[in-house]
Amino acid sequence: MPHQTHTSHPPSPTARRRHVCDLDDFTREEIEEVLETADSMKEILSREIKQVPTLRGTTVINMFFEESTRTRISFELAARALSATVVNFTGRGSSVEKGESLIDTVRTIQALGANILVLRHSQAGVPYLVSHHFKGSVINAGDGCHAHPTQALLDLFTIQQKFDRIERLNVVIVGDILHSRVARSNLWGLTKMEANVTLCAPPTLLGPLPFWHASWPNVRLSSNLDECLDGADVVMALRLQKERQQAGLLPSLREYSRFFALTSERLAATSAHTLVMHPGPMNEGVEITPEVATSPQSVIEEQVTNGVAVRMALLYRLAGE
Amino acid sequence: MSEKQILNAEDIRRALVRIAHEIAERNEGIQELVLVGIRRRGVPLAERICATLADFEGQTVPVGHLDITLYRDDLSLRGPAPLVQKTSLPQNITGRTVVLVDDVLYTGRTVRAALDALADLGRPACIQLAVLIDRGHRELPVRADFVGKNVPTSRSERVDVRLHEVDGIPDEVVIGRPDQDEDQK
Repeated sequence: MPHQTHTSHPPSPTARRRHVCDLDDFTREEIEEVLETADSMKEILSREIKQVPTLRGTTVINMFFEESTRTRISFELAARALSATVVNFTGRGSSVEKGESLIDTVRTIQALGANILVLRHSQAGVPYLVSHHFKGSVINAGDGCHAHPTQALLDLFTIQQKFDRIERLNVVIVGDILHSRVARSNLWGLTKMEANVTLCAPPTLLGPLPFWHASWPNVRLSSNLDECLDGADVVMALRLQKERQQAGLLPSLREYSRFFALTSERLAATSAHTLVMHPGPMNEGVEITPEVATSPQSVIEEQVTNGVAVRMALLYRLAGE
Repeated sequence: MSEKQILNAEDIRRALVRIAHEIAERNEGIQELVLVGIRRRGVPLAERICATLADFEGQTVPVGHLDITLYRDDLSLRGPAPLVQKTSLPQNITGRTVVLVDDVLYTGRTVRAALDALADLGRPACIQLAVLIDRGHRELPVRADFVGKNVPTSRSERVDVRLHEVDGIPDEVVIGRPDQDEDQK
């Protein structure tokens, strides 16, 4: 009989995972477990000493090939709150500029003793490729237009904290849906938690219904924001990348704002409990007005704070043998 | 695994009443006291001691809940990461007398983790330890100030404390012994 450690804790009911590339391979049970753990982590962040010794000796490398403020700092704070060793790496100024390939860079970082690799890259699928060449764990911190699972988990956590449930809530995601990794990961998360999701965008940024229904059969599409806001519990605005207009997908940013921006007038038509969310960075005056972003219904700053707790929960789950 | 009951509900009740009296006696009252239950089964035990103290001291002592998962020294040895539960202390513990409460004292590693966790949450004037069962086999220099029952065990045995608040069945403490053939495997 193995040496019995006395503990009264239930083990985690879901199996240990190695990588977090997207939420498509999460079960509802595992998502709930991450959110529950994040809630405990949030308590740590409210302490005077915001640090526990759990990941002492674990090395986390933040590998960002694309610019980022909140995600990178959030991962760094999360790793430090768990006492991990954190190293930040950006493509700029590294051997990548001397022509080192991505895989060679990953192998080098592995040889330097990294345990967890947090990866952001402008190409979709890079975290999957890297996970085949790295012996530790890979966390996707955003890959091209594909996925941003930690953002989706922090959005779910923020919604859950406000409503105490996610199931049956009406969630509207408005903006550049077609190019949004945030929208796609949120679709996995929200539908697994059985929320009702509506995607709202101009037709050029929405994509065809069969495309969405292939993965998310119950999602609804619309190009009329005012209609969508009726009965909405959560409205999530996405950043409109200005390059989209140059690409000919929009007549003008002003026209986009007139039909799709979250404004005080539009917000007034929603019920008082409707939450306003935005993954950031915001283009204030384009997809959201400054008044809405700072209104009492906005949880945009809480999303950022919650991001640290959710990333602590993920790092904790990935650590260990 | 065969089981033998060593304490029934009434035994547990009496042991906790005695511990409550000892706590009040040792500390000459309960003014500066904070009871901190170690999750999970230390929590209902701390609450029961609190209720007993309220009965005879006429005063309610604050009760906190401490989760020590993030302070364990064996996380990577344990397979899937255990669920982290919430720590909540009723107030600043700096300068107070903290009585840690747990169900079973065994290797002492849980208490070591709890001491580390408390140190991150404040600087108590004094920390004492109350346990329902002390089963021996310490791996660290830890001892309890208040013990419900000392139970000599071998390492191959299990001690299970069952409390109605957590387990939904009548209170009891049982020792589980591996069966003969199981032992030979």
